[in-house]
Amino acid sequence: MPDFQQILNIVKGISAEAAVDEKSSPKAVVVPAADLLKVCHELNQNPELYFDMLSCLTGIDNWPQANTMEVVYNVYSIPFNMSLAVKVILPRENPAVDSVMSVWRTADWHEREAFDMFGITFNNHPDLRRILLPADWEGYPLRKDYTQQQYYRNIKVEY
Amino acid sequence: MPTDHIQYQYKPDNLAASEPNKFKPENLRSEEMIVNLGPQHPSTHGVLRLEVLMDGELIHDVVPHLGYLHRCFEKHAENLPYNQVIPFVDRMDYVAAMNSEHVYAMGVERMLGIADQIPKRVEYVRVLMAELNRMASHFIAIGTYGMDMGAFTPFFWIMRDREHILRLLEWASGARLLYNYIWIGGLFYDLPVGFEEKCSEFITYIKPKLKELENLLVENDIFIRRTANVGVLPLNLAVNYGVTGPMLRASGLRFDLRKVDGYSVYPELEFNVPIGEGLKGTVGDCWDRTWVRMQEIHESVKLVEQCLTKLQGEHRRTKEFNPQAMVPKKIRPQAQDFYIRGETPKGELGFFFRADGKTDVPFRCKGRSCCFSNLSVLPEISRGILIADLIAIIGSVDMVMGEVDR
Repeated sequence: MPDFQQILNIVKGISAEAAVDEKSSPKAVVVPAADLLKVCHELNQNPELYFDMLSCLTGIDNWPQANTMEVVYNVYSIPFNMSLAVKVILPRENPAVDSVMSVWRTADWHEREAFDMFGITFNNHPDLRRILLPADWEGYPLRKDYTQQQYYRNIKVEY
Repeated sequence: MPTDHIQYQYKPDNLAASEPNKFKPENLRSEEMIVNLGPQHPSTHGVLRLEVLMDGELIHDVVPHLGYLHRCFEKHAENLPYNQVIPFVDRMDYVAAMNSEHVYAMGVERMLGIADQIPKRVEYVRVLMAELNRMASHFIAIGTYGMDMGAFTPFFWIMRDREHILRLLEWASGARLLYNYIWIGGLFYDLPVGFEEKCSEFITYIKPKLKELENLLVENDIFIRRTANVGVLPLNLAVNYGVTGPMLRASGLRFDLRKVDGYSVYPELEFNVPIGEGLKGTVGDCWDRTWVRMQEIHESVKLVEQCLTKLQGEHRRTKEFNPQAMVPKKIRPQAQDFYIRGETPKGELGFFFRADGKTDVPFRCKGRSCCFSNLSVLPEISRGILIADLIAIIGSVDMVMGEVDR
């Protein structure tokens, strides 16, 4: 079973700018958004790693002051029983990252949810619609500076 | 009543669907039609809407539309201290609230670094409650599934037995469904006096009833013909879609987080992890999923018995025991990202936390819902089947919309 350093070396072979996030459990690698799909594909396909399950995909909005958004992918390898987190940091204006749906189909609905809640665009996602909110809802509720609309179809939102 | 108090005023565009169909009528072939199933249809187990593209009885595609029960769990969690999130966690999977609470409390305890200081008795009570709730949840899954398949009697029988569990849980926590019983660092109360004895009585009562249920429903020839070889979910597809829990195990992988992660006191207890064997059809069909749930109830019975032995022996009730002794006065984890997962009756429930280290409120708390991922595989296994089999597949997924929509 490979340890985190070996995983990191493999990731660095794909993306030279990959960094480690110490304050994360399971341990996390931060990769540039442009390399994400390549890294995920390698994590999934490399016979020494074989991260075959995407457990969780989380969007995070750091406040407008920080001006960044993040997407965290918690992946798990069933045969080797190990977990890893992969992070990408995106700009707050027009956040976009490649869809990893070609690697893990779990990402389909999870990316739609992140799009729904944060307005993060996932490039090459075949069906990027809102999933939990109504299609004509305004704004992205989990952004930290979100203010809800006053009326939705003439129904007062605030109760 | 003055008219300005009426909030809702009719306008023609109010009737437009807030969730438009994915398929447009003008793009369909001449033999195809769109049938809307749900959201208020009993077979969809809550408020799931399925847009079904059909040719006669044959299904070409299914598009699930979610969100009818969305209650902004994550937004609420970002505005409340860690301990006050627990009632909201209850309302995610409302038929297995104890299991969700257990996972959530465990996650916060690990972030705080007090996970190894929790008294053993507290852990055993938690596991006891979680397993009782697991049984109740599987009862609902099997009972309502039987009803979907046209078997009405097992539903009443199983609801009668589930009522005993709910009464036990109500006795301990004061609530029938939404408990707020497992707290971060401890429990709301210790078990009431006499609980262990009543619980043992219940176990003695339930064992023959389970056999009865198995004969009546699971081994019933009509039920087998209705579910065997229907909705076969191959293992590679299940893993790729992030399917977990009984659904993954029915596809033939012995993967249970209680064994894999060995959290709480599960490593000290003996139980098996049943997997689908394709006894009546193919591995991973609807019958296998029901059978795995049935076997898991038997395993839960074993776990409850072992917990009761421990709670009456080694870790028995004492006057000095305080279940809230380890409950922290201030819950302020250090700045970190943390992912915790645990096995609930429906699969892997995960929580992703980001703590900023400065407040008692999570900066971000994402609920990774098992039903959400389990349901996402539905279109994949529903293409090219008959509409009656679609109902069989929906029921066998055993989703609770409260958890899908959060």
